[in-house]
Amino acid sequence: MNPATLTPTAEAAKTAARKLSLKENYALLTRDLGWEPSYQKPEDVFRHAQFEGIKIHDWEQWEDPFRLTMDAYWKYQGEKERKLYAILDAFQQNNAQFNVSDVRYVQALKLFINGVVGMEYASHRGFNIIGREFPGTAARIAAQMQAIDELRHAQTQTHALSHYSKYFAGMSEFPHQYDRTWYLSIPKSFFEDAVSSGPFEFVVGICFAFEYVLTNLVFMPWMSGAAYNGDMSTVSFGFSAQSDEARHMTLGIEVIKFLLEQDPANVPIVQGWIDKWFWRGYRLLSLVAAMMDYMLPKRVMSWAEAWEIYYEQNGGALFADLARYGIRPPRHADVTVKEKAHVSHQLWSTFYQFRHAAGFAVWLPSQDEQQWLSAKYPDTFDRYYRPRYAHWAALEAAGTPFANATLPQLCQVCQWPLLFTEPDDPTQICYREESYLGEKFHCCSDGCREIFAKEPQKYVHAHLPVHQIYQGSYFLPDVNPGAPGFNPLVEALRYMGITAGVDGGSFHGHVDAQNWERWTQRPASMHDPMQSAPQPTPQAATPPPPHTPPHTAPQTPPQRQPA
Amino acid sequence: MTVQAISPDYHGSMKDSVEHFHGQQLLNIGWDQHLMFATPLCIPVPPGMPFGALVQQVLPGLYGQHPQFAQIDWAATEWLRSGERFTPAMDQSLADNGLGHKAVLRFRTPGLAGLAGAAF
Repeated sequence: MNPATLTPTAEAAKTAARKLSLKENYALLTRDLGWEPSYQKPEDVFRHAQFEGIKIHDWEQWEDPFRLTMDAYWKYQGEKERKLYAILDAFQQNNAQFNVSDVRYVQALKLFINGVVGMEYASHRGFNIIGREFPGTAARIAAQMQAIDELRHAQTQTHALSHYSKYFAGMSEFPHQYDRTWYLSIPKSFFEDAVSSGPFEFVVGICFAFEYVLTNLVFMPWMSGAAYNGDMSTVSFGFSAQSDEARHMTLGIEVIKFLLEQDPANVPIVQGWIDKWFWRGYRLLSLVAAMMDYMLPKRVMSWAEAWEIYYEQNGGALFADLARYGIRPPRHADVTVKEKAHVSHQLWSTFYQFRHAAGFAVWLPSQDEQQWLSAKYPDTFDRYYRPRYAHWAALEAAGTPFANATLPQLCQVCQWPLLFTEPDDPTQICYREESYLGEKFHCCSDGCREIFAKEPQKYVHAHLPVHQIYQGSYFLPDVNPGAPGFNPLVEALRYMGITAGVDGGSFHGHVDAQNWERWTQRPASMHDPMQSAPQPTPQAATPPPPHTPPHTAPQTPPQRQPA
Repeated sequence: MTVQAISPDYHGSMKDSVEHFHGQQLLNIGWDQHLMFATPLCIPVPPGMPFGALVQQVLPGLYGQHPQFAQIDWAATEWLRSGERFTPAMDQSLADNGLGHKAVLRFRTPGLAGLAGAAF
């Protein structure tokens, strides 16, 4: 090395000390770090850039809309981390977990830790992959930063919820459950479908169709719901993540405009991905519908209202804007509008009857909650759904609560049970069937069926928990299927790490409800003080044996009672 | 358009074909207009099981909790295979009735349209 480069002259040092403008800094980061390969062919370096059929003529046209540089990125993120952890520390020192509205709210947090954290981590993996695969330097840098964001979100969410896990059951085994529990295969399959796509499909599916079009329905209900129910810890990580999310959404819209502007041949390919990932994302968000309408003790808005604002109005304006590129609204968006008055009720009914296999406690809505549902869903709740809860409440009162001990038929694509009804007939389950190479496959909707029909080679791989249980792969190594009294459902729950009454099960008599009343002297449910009264165990359910090692919650009262 | 893959002639392997089920096959069953059971049910069955045994020995365990189950007139019950009406031969096997691996069998019970006028 030339010693001159190690000993800068006074003049050179003066030049180096000059602070670059953000524009210069960004240009150096995204252009100077790239290079033209000299001894490898470009297509060998960027192996996945061609096979999807997307044509990019000039990567230089793409710029991160935020023109984010590394020093700015670390500075912003560092500031947010300091604020977040100060709030989390104060939350923990003040035992603020007991200031939330009631312990049913905590059950919603279990959906977050068991489902969303795993998705954040999977998203981090996906953005690392495209951060390697995109030929454009600026796009690679943006993807790498988003990968760090997603990893950070998984970490901050885990830290925030770890405090709840000291006091409440069902949150301690989230990586185990994310990989094994039946309904968590829904978020898991969503992201693994995306990660195993090509780089352009991933970025359109996740950055645009999911983050830009749909995730307002997660931001607003989750974080508004957390604030409304007194959970400042969750609100804090929501705020900390939100500036990242806004940046990701902007990235999503810029990416899609870039793809559409580069070549007209990209338009039909991108449209197909929008159709697919809108539907997959919508089906995934059914979990949020149930949380908004049933799991928040203090409700923010109904799922139907949220869908009207964040999809029908915002999404309508968005797709009107994209029409000039030749993009139309996603296929089956009309079905989502028809389903908005049904989906949360149908999902909660499903969780109720499979509550022995859920990772959170499940309950019947109280009378005042049913009044709210009736007001929000005047055309559907009283007619179709209130009778269910009345019947099931009578069975609970009689000591013979209803439970469904048989495994459900699953959709090959979204992996939900076939719980959704025909768009125009809420009395008829929607069955859709496809054949591929002589094998039958089933879907919950036309949306999922069309996704399967387009790529059957991919979806024949789907790891459907129900089928895996029957194949015998959902058992722990100590299980002997030939032993007397062998019960595959009991063993499958043990494999999933689900223990009724600890992870999920009925809210009545649940360990969280009992501890809450003992520790706070407040009713476990703010809507019906009798909700947590112990009830007989569901007779038709198959309660599993004790989990080993057992999930434990502190048996001593907290140091300080909440005000 | 089918899946775009890096390697030519890519083909997925069938994860749930019948040979993975230890001599049994899967059968999906739905009782129309009875949404107390929120989803169709999926069970493993021997392909040689007579259809009549399914009705007499299996369905009560799946659906017996519903108050209308005991009132079903099986002679009047309508059966659907992949959504199409058919008349099962009770003494013949599921396979002989065209109910292969992962078939969907639905039944409708005239006069019994669920509780509360809500197909419940």
